[in-house]
Amino acid sequence: MKTKVKNQKTLQPKAATFNVRKVRKDFPILKQKVHGKTLVYLDNAATTQKPLAVIEAMDTYYREYNSNIHRGLHLLSEKATGAYEAVRVKVQKFLNAKESREIIFTRGTTEGINLVAQTWGRQNVGAGDEIIVTTMEHHSNIVPWQMLCGEKGAQLKVAPINDAGELMVDELKKLFTRQTKLLSITHVSNALGTINPLAEITSFAHSKGVKVLVDGAQAVPHLTADVQKMDCDFYVFSGHKVYGPTGVGVLFGRYSLLETMPPWQGGGDMILSVTFEKTIYSKPPNKFEAGTPAIAEVIGLGAALDYVAKIGLANIAAHENSLLEYGTRKLLEIPRLKLIGTAGHKAGVLSFTLGDIHPHDIGTIVDRQGVAIRVGHHCAQPVMDRFQIPATARASLALYNTRGEIDALAKAVRKAKEVFE
Amino acid sequence: MSEFSDLYQDQILDHQKNPRNFGELAGANHHADGFNPLCGDKISLNLKVDAKGIIEDIKFKGSGCAISKASASMMTVALKGKKSGEAEKIFHQFHDMVMGKSAKTPAELGKLKVFAGVREFPARVKCASLAWHTMEAALHDKQEVVTTDDGIKE
Repeated sequence: MKTKVKNQKTLQPKAATFNVRKVRKDFPILKQKVHGKTLVYLDNAATTQKPLAVIEAMDTYYREYNSNIHRGLHLLSEKATGAYEAVRVKVQKFLNAKESREIIFTRGTTEGINLVAQTWGRQNVGAGDEIIVTTMEHHSNIVPWQMLCGEKGAQLKVAPINDAGELMVDELKKLFTRQTKLLSITHVSNALGTINPLAEITSFAHSKGVKVLVDGAQAVPHLTADVQKMDCDFYVFSGHKVYGPTGVGVLFGRYSLLETMPPWQGGGDMILSVTFEKTIYSKPPNKFEAGTPAIAEVIGLGAALDYVAKIGLANIAAHENSLLEYGTRKLLEIPRLKLIGTAGHKAGVLSFTLGDIHPHDIGTIVDRQGVAIRVGHHCAQPVMDRFQIPATARASLALYNTRGEIDALAKAVRKAKEVFE
Repeated sequence: MSEFSDLYQDQILDHQKNPRNFGELAGANHHADGFNPLCGDKISLNLKVDAKGIIEDIKFKGSGCAISKASASMMTVALKGKKSGEAEKIFHQFHDMVMGKSAKTPAELGKLKVFAGVREFPARVKCASLAWHTMEAALHDKQEVVTTDDGIKE
């Protein structure tokens, strides 16, 4: 009982300490004007802006200790190696992984998924086997599996979603057979905002002997991703969607799996010894990090995770949920606006259509009013097909957004109506 | 309103709402499909060109934004009755205009000049030119789907 109360306490947002006006000062880019109007940045699901702490951490690395890691005995190299490896521990804590050697740095979510497909997948998926994905996946969680299935003669199965954009869990469960090897599923949908009930799903998959990869690209900026609690086998995300730089991402893999997987790319830093007769590979994570990594970016990612921890994920979630609620209300006041993705459990995304007005035309008009949103299929064409629409306009939220910005979005969208109706 | 009237001119809005020459074309002898993978705009274009090389009839089908739809519609109006060589010449003039390459817009473009404002909206140039690229492919009987993706993502 005692621990329960304590847990609840840690999840309670410290509302008094979260001040969005103060937070905005941490992001230098937000001060500027675009097309003569104050920038309203609502394209955070594409990429988030970077706080000064991240920009400065990378700048300091290049100014003061730029050096290659894992090889030099000199001071700068030791400093760079220390900073790089310290981020591995930060990521481990961020994901609540058991060990830091379960954390592999990649180029991003896409590379993480491809790495698993090309190593674990090629080793474990054969002719007649099955991989399950869902309708709401981003292309990066579809195409690598299609490529693998094509190569191996395996089958890709797709779990449906309902009209609200929620995963139909019972239908998903029916897809599992003895041939199923992997379920690869998003934590949060980039096009719809839906949060999937992962703990329930992974427990079911494991009862069938099926491994689970979770695409966390859209989840980690908004909610706690605890890989032990959700009990997934792989978890991937990108640094740039959680206030870090582009060019760096993370693959978490259960250590017992990583150990049995073949290496992915061959090269320096992933070997113990090389002769022309035989090469002995390093242990994970080094086995999967061939070549000089994105050192500055990893250091930048570390600063981003520190920043998020300082603000508090619970505070961020509370702020964004209140904005999401407000934005939902404000947008639905606009006649003929239809929200795509109305799941009960949702994070950070307001995807919509507006009568017959094409999202591209909406995008152009709101852009000229300083409002940056994404229009298009969001690299999730199967989602668009499911709702029988070519595209949507999508506003996506971050910790620095305000109610005033939601009002600016609503005003800009009404302008689009004026031009076209 | 004024800040958008350069792009969304009345004629463009009119053609968007009531596209001309929209639908099937019986007896077509040239055909091409166009696709913009960035925004999903699709166009299917049919032409009937006679023995003298004159575009006797031209019709399109498809879906897309206001700019791409209006551009396809106004293109069909402009090209009907023209020789295929002339059509290609107009295409190049149109392309230069929306790309902002021509200092002066040629008078021959006539009503198509309403698309001059597109040059101020670089992200929309492909919307305006998709129908035209598709028309050129149809005249040359290219089998491949025309895409505005040249391998470099914007």
